[in-house]
Amino acid sequence: MTNLTDLTLAEARDGLASKSFSAVELTQAHQGAIAQAKGLNAFIRETPDQALAMAVAADERIARGEARPLEGLPVGVKDLFCTEGVESTACSTILKGFTPRYESTVTGNLWNAGAVMLGKINCDEFAMGSSNETSAFGPVVSPWRRAGDDTKLVPGGSSGGSAAAVSARLCLAATATDTGGSIRQPAAFTGTVGIKPTYGRCSRWGIVAFASSLDQAGPITKTVRDAAMMLRAMSGHDPKDSTCADMPVPDFEAAVGRGVKGLRIGIPKEYRVEGMSPEIERLWEAGQAWLREAGAEIVEVSLPHTKYALPAYYIVAPAEASSNLARYDGVRYGLRVEGRDVTEMYERTRAAGFGREVKRRIMIGAYVLSAGYYDAYYLRAQKIRTLIKRDFEEVYAAGVDAILTPATPSAAFGIGEKGSADPVEMYLNDIFTVTVNMAGLPGIAVPGGFDAQGLPLGLQLIGRPFDEETLFAAGQVIEDAAGRVAPPPVWWAA
Amino acid sequence: MSVDQQTVRRIAKLARIAVTDDDVPHLQGELNAILAFVEQLGEVDVDGVEPMTSVTPMAMRMREDAVTDGQKTADILANAPATEDNFFLVPKVVE
Repeated sequence: MTNLTDLTLAEARDGLASKSFSAVELTQAHQGAIAQAKGLNAFIRETPDQALAMAVAADERIARGEARPLEGLPVGVKDLFCTEGVESTACSTILKGFTPRYESTVTGNLWNAGAVMLGKINCDEFAMGSSNETSAFGPVVSPWRRAGDDTKLVPGGSSGGSAAAVSARLCLAATATDTGGSIRQPAAFTGTVGIKPTYGRCSRWGIVAFASSLDQAGPITKTVRDAAMMLRAMSGHDPKDSTCADMPVPDFEAAVGRGVKGLRIGIPKEYRVEGMSPEIERLWEAGQAWLREAGAEIVEVSLPHTKYALPAYYIVAPAEASSNLARYDGVRYGLRVEGRDVTEMYERTRAAGFGREVKRRIMIGAYVLSAGYYDAYYLRAQKIRTLIKRDFEEVYAAGVDAILTPATPSAAFGIGEKGSADPVEMYLNDIFTVTVNMAGLPGIAVPGGFDAQGLPLGLQLIGRPFDEETLFAAGQVIEDAAGRVAPPPVWWAA
Repeated sequence: MSVDQQTVRRIAKLARIAVTDDDVPHLQGELNAILAFVEQLGEVDVDGVEPMTSVTPMAMRMREDAVTDGQKTADILANAPATEDNFFLVPKVVE
């Protein structure tokens, strides 16, 4: 029998259906892989008893012929999702010990579809980061290394643990969230597939909030088909989130084999940024060639406000974060550091509980919202956001079905290599992904090749609102042409 | 625009984050790096542009005016650092 952890989500589903193995065996195989991979620091909290109980129940349902879409399939959960009875910290010291009495809608949807929870996964603190180095649990180590070099690399962020866990075969799929690129950038760094759906496709209820007008949940998986399976289960209307769209969820998996014949794919000239590496340039050209050979028409398009998306994001996102994170006050949950009076208690609690990047963003947010600066910063950024969205609307109105770009400006970098002196150096990682959040659009990252040192590189497809189906169709064409990424050699086994 | 050390302390106060004298200079440097980066937004012509209020066109939904949840005192207090008689405990606020 092949190694159960090497299966894709779809293959594992089919194997369970044909009784080639049981959900308990599948779960135990992944638990074994997690036990060997402590050095990657991807899983921070395993739930072995819960996982086995869920797997036993899944086997019973399969035996009764009542399997649901993800019955018995073991997945990991980013620690940003609240899970009932299981500590949920957003990888922040301020939330250590917080054990929700409720389940996030997205994870609840997964369990209702039969999935098995292996445990909680590391991420950047409050999802603020592009390298998974801001976590209170320490950095995640990527399973990927440069050829002939054992420097420890970042898996990207903020969903770095999710990407590392899927890439290292510790779970069949993982949940993730994306506010400025936090699903797509780590997927690109680890040779996995990650989709951020349209704003409103997934409920945000029970997900620790970072920037509410930008946050969306989505999956990280081994293949495009697996991403379609996961997203269908995660999505759907939820009365508990007033921004969650009340519209039917299509059978995304049915779109996977649809092809791109007759589709018009836009290539935005503003993404050809100065100093772009020749490897990224070649990757992008290869992606265009693959889609053209599969019958798509490639057209150059213009998104003139692209360069303003990242600076506008670094006003809007911190502003929303400073409001959202005001709730961590040492009163209702999490850490509390006593003080002489209530204000000093707040200040000491927040000084001790938040990490450096989180404090920086809260302070920037407080500044741009403060009296005298609101119009110059926040209001202007929201107007620019209107212009960014309008750019996309005009391209789509001209008949473009999807847009192809590189997912990141480079391959993964070393732990500790970036952003220690200048935070903006780290922020530039999201230059190709952040526009998508600013406009509320769906975006998928699909592996497209490798750099000269053997590290994965990703392509990004951006779709029309609520047209994730086209992204799955075009993503599959890229996956077929580029070839499925073989897992990295297991060097971390304890 | 850039911030001086006094402004850094004022922002920290607004954000209810205690800062030490050692924190202030590097926070000032980092905040100014971010503010320098967003400076380029000043060159965009935003005359007559409406600020974005909703990224997807959606109407605010109405729901039935009915109690649908409640009686969860124990759940709500379960994670609090200090409670007494079904209340959150805080340091004395009124002298």
